Amino acid sequence: MAEEHPEQALWVYAVTTGLAAERLGTDRGVGGAPVRPLTEGELTALVSPVDLAEFGEEALRRNLEDLDWLAATARAHDTVVTAAARAATAAVPLRLATVYLGEDRVRGLLAERRADFTAALELLAGRTEWGVKAYADPDALAEDAAAPAEGSGQGAGTAYLLRRKAQLSAREAAQREAAAHAEHLHTALARLAVSARRHPPQDPALSRERGWMVLNGAYLVDDDRAEELARQVEALAGTRRGVRLELTGPWPPYSFAGVVQ
Amino acid sequence: MTGPVQPASSVSPMQSSGGGGNHQPANLGDILERVLDKGLVIAGDIQVNLLDIELLTIKLRLVVASLETAKEVGIDWWEHDPWLTGGNDQRELKQENRRLRERIEQLEAPKDGKRDG
Repeated sequence: MAEEHPEQALWVYAVTTGLAAERLGTDRGVGGAPVRPLTEGELTALVSPVDLAEFGEEALRRNLEDLDWLAATARAHDTVVTAAARAATAAVPLRLATVYLGEDRVRGLLAERRADFTAALELLAGRTEWGVKAYADPDALAEDAAAPAEGSGQGAGTAYLLRRKAQLSAREAAQREAAAHAEHLHTALARLAVSARRHPPQDPALSRERGWMVLNGAYLVDDDRAEELARQVEALAGTRRGVRLELTGPWPPYSFAGVVQ
Repeated sequence: MTGPVQPASSVSPMQSSGGGGNHQPANLGDILERVLDKGLVIAGDIQVNLLDIELLTIKLRLVVASLETAKEVGIDWWEHDPWLTGGNDQRELKQENRRLRERIEQLEAPKDGKRDG
């Protein structure tokens, strides 16, 4: 776009209300640049300057494909968004790489979308996002499903084939059962949440987990029910052999920020 | 967290749930999943569109095994086990979404007479 004009561009992390900037606890953002609040009316955006040589359209596209750059940038973004969520009454996280050309443009955004932001912030105030993932151990599940019907009076070969067939259908049954169990888990957790989302499972080949991820849920929970959620996760963890639960968070409300269109 | 947390078949919290307090460095895959795919989407002045990001993540997946950070990354939200998602429906839906997004971009892009061709 305007890469020959070295205008100062601003990376926007989140839009907040009731931000106590002194409680942020972090002052460095993407690329190590200083983070500062930018207020318009009752809304405060957190921004930091970025160099268009690195964050202009072309450069950004290139850099996003560099996994190490992406990892560092994503972590820096998340750190500031997390700090914002903690130091404000409520914070709407913006997607990675939301960049504006100068303060006026950011103020313009806050003024223009004031009603949208305010509505989103109201929904998020006093609430926190938690993640719950469930991993199913295929072998343990299949073992359970394959209640070995000990055939009597058959030849060894037939017995083998029958056993093999039972193993295969046990695996299918296990998968169906794991999916049903995931549905049950999600329903039970969603009952404690103001809002709940199921994200697609992460790739088992890339996560360090051996099991299938059968649930990748996000739950927006009232802060005074956070303990209840944690207890519920523990309680649910014991209900099915071969299924392991993982609780992550507190997260900024990434999964519930998109309600404003 | 009160009391001991049992390993194996029980919960394994990535972070403790001390009432909204401490957010320890989370798994990179979890972070990427959220910052790339979630969060409020606003058209900034610098355009990085969704399509780019999807292509990017596909590439990520392909190169990821050879990279230092690979161990940390576990993202894949465009291609799922069919038994978890109910078969091809979702994939087709995604493709349709992609086509529609492309169409919208085409329609929205060259408003001010800069239409090429």
